[in-house]
Amino acid sequence: MTEEREFDSASFYRFLAEKKLMASRCKKCQELYLPPHPICSKCHGNDMEWVEMKGKGRLAAFTAVAVGPSFTIEEGYDRDNPYLVGVVELEEGPKVSGRIRGLDARKPEGIKVGTPLTVEFMEQEEGRRCFVAFKAR
Amino acid sequence: MSRRARRLGRGVALVGAGMSKFGAFADKTSRDLFVDAFNAMTKTVDKGVDTEDIEALYVGNYSSDLFEGQGHIAPIMADWVGLVPKPATRVEDACASSGVAIREGILAIASGLYDTVLVGGTEKMTNLPTEQVTDTLASASDAVYEGACGFTFPGLYAAMATAYMAKYGASVEHFMKVGIKNHNNGALNPKAQFNRSIKDLMNARIEKAKQKGEPVPYWRDELEFLKDPRANPVVAWPMRLFDCSPITDGAACILLVAEDLAGDFSDNPIYIIGTGQGSDHALNERKDLTSILASRTAAKQAYEMAGVKPEDIQIAEVHDCFTIAELMAIEDLGFFKPGEAFKATERGLTARDGAKPINTSGGLKSKGHPVGASGVGQVVEIWHQMRGEAGPRQVPGKDIRLALTHNVGATGGTCVVHIYQRR
Repeated sequence: MTEEREFDSASFYRFLAEKKLMASRCKKCQELYLPPHPICSKCHGNDMEWVEMKGKGRLAAFTAVAVGPSFTIEEGYDRDNPYLVGVVELEEGPKVSGRIRGLDARKPEGIKVGTPLTVEFMEQEEGRRCFVAFKAR
Repeated sequence: MSRRARRLGRGVALVGAGMSKFGAFADKTSRDLFVDAFNAMTKTVDKGVDTEDIEALYVGNYSSDLFEGQGHIAPIMADWVGLVPKPATRVEDACASSGVAIREGILAIASGLYDTVLVGGTEKMTNLPTEQVTDTLASASDAVYEGACGFTFPGLYAAMATAYMAKYGASVEHFMKVGIKNHNNGALNPKAQFNRSIKDLMNARIEKAKQKGEPVPYWRDELEFLKDPRANPVVAWPMRLFDCSPITDGAACILLVAEDLAGDFSDNPIYIIGTGQGSDHALNERKDLTSILASRTAAKQAYEMAGVKPEDIQIAEVHDCFTIAELMAIEDLGFFKPGEAFKATERGLTARDGAKPINTSGGLKSKGHPVGASGVGQVVEIWHQMRGEAGPRQVPGKDIRLALTHNVGATGGTCVVHIYQRR
């Protein structure tokens, strides 16, 4: 049962591997948290529940990374082959960080804040967890 | 939220400030740099300081562990300047490490525990290759959620830049103008890592090509140079190389004393009349991606304690780890309205001879950004400017009585603001 999972990063990433983008919600004040928080920052209650996000949203901020961390270099990205990462505002309200796909990372000038996106789940690679990604819809 | 007006238990004064040269020094460790800064600081104490009188050390350092393979640096710094067995404490809040160390030093004196405290910061970053520096800096953001999907430290500020551009209509040229302005200041600072203007760097590039017999590049002006991807490659769009502060080795030290002892050390002490500190969420959980709550919170506390307003501040050193960060900082500090900072910069208001000079030292951009030392490094500039000792970069035509420093940790998770007064 999803409701019994701890409100921690292990649960969040296990849900992602199951292709579910899950937020935590405070039962007392209904505030949504993504990534899931175990304690509500608004009313300070600690009775939370899991809520699945529909995965639709809009690009709120982004960048095309030319100089990435070591693991992205291993993925094959570099100055000539940058990748996009951004913050996406979901229809339900919360914003989430994720890799952005389906837009041209070599022409970031042409990418618009506000572009509609749908969640997609980066495949689990050996030794690495699945993480949040979005594609243009 | 605050229950009562915050004030210090007793006043605190700054009686000395000095820094090592900032740059890339293959043969220097963080302790060597710290000794350089300590020696530079003691020379600025008008009536001298006896090391025996210093009661404690607070030292900012982000990651000597990863940069140098050296943890637990506070007692080493204390030992190398002759303070053992006095208490030595390391403070780590990413790039705000030494700004927060200043605040800890102030609080220790204000509490009555100590009369005389050494505060410093030191960072040795250039041992590692750039990719590993990128990894180390990225660990100051939220490694579990931001780092995991590929956000880098420049990437997070770049994302803020795209939100700022979309919201206010700023362009990449506006970011470049922040860099040009700060390099113009840093060109006059002999301690700066890049103490050359962008125009000078551009001309040097042309000269070098001529000498080597290579095709000679042509740029009409600095903006054209900065738009050329060969001269100024993208790091994380829209942040290019010249939008980013460099990887730097450096250290800085200041001496803080109880206000009533200031005259024993200094003919012209600077009083710290406001201190504030705040925190903020990871970028994705912020309501507004173009403003840092920690900055606004720290600023509000510091202004209230000092009893002054943003318009009273005559000069400021703000945390320009990226050009976009300076624009957001001077809005969050209330110097300019939201969405006005890029226009103000374009009009020259933040230049050394403008109405509100910002980063007369050259800022982190040109002076260099040895992350854990940058907060105290900012105070060194304020010290020189307030005492009229900044030489060729002295702000013209101003009797500086009120100044401010603003030091940010990583993407804004921490911010600390201090306000300084000369009486």
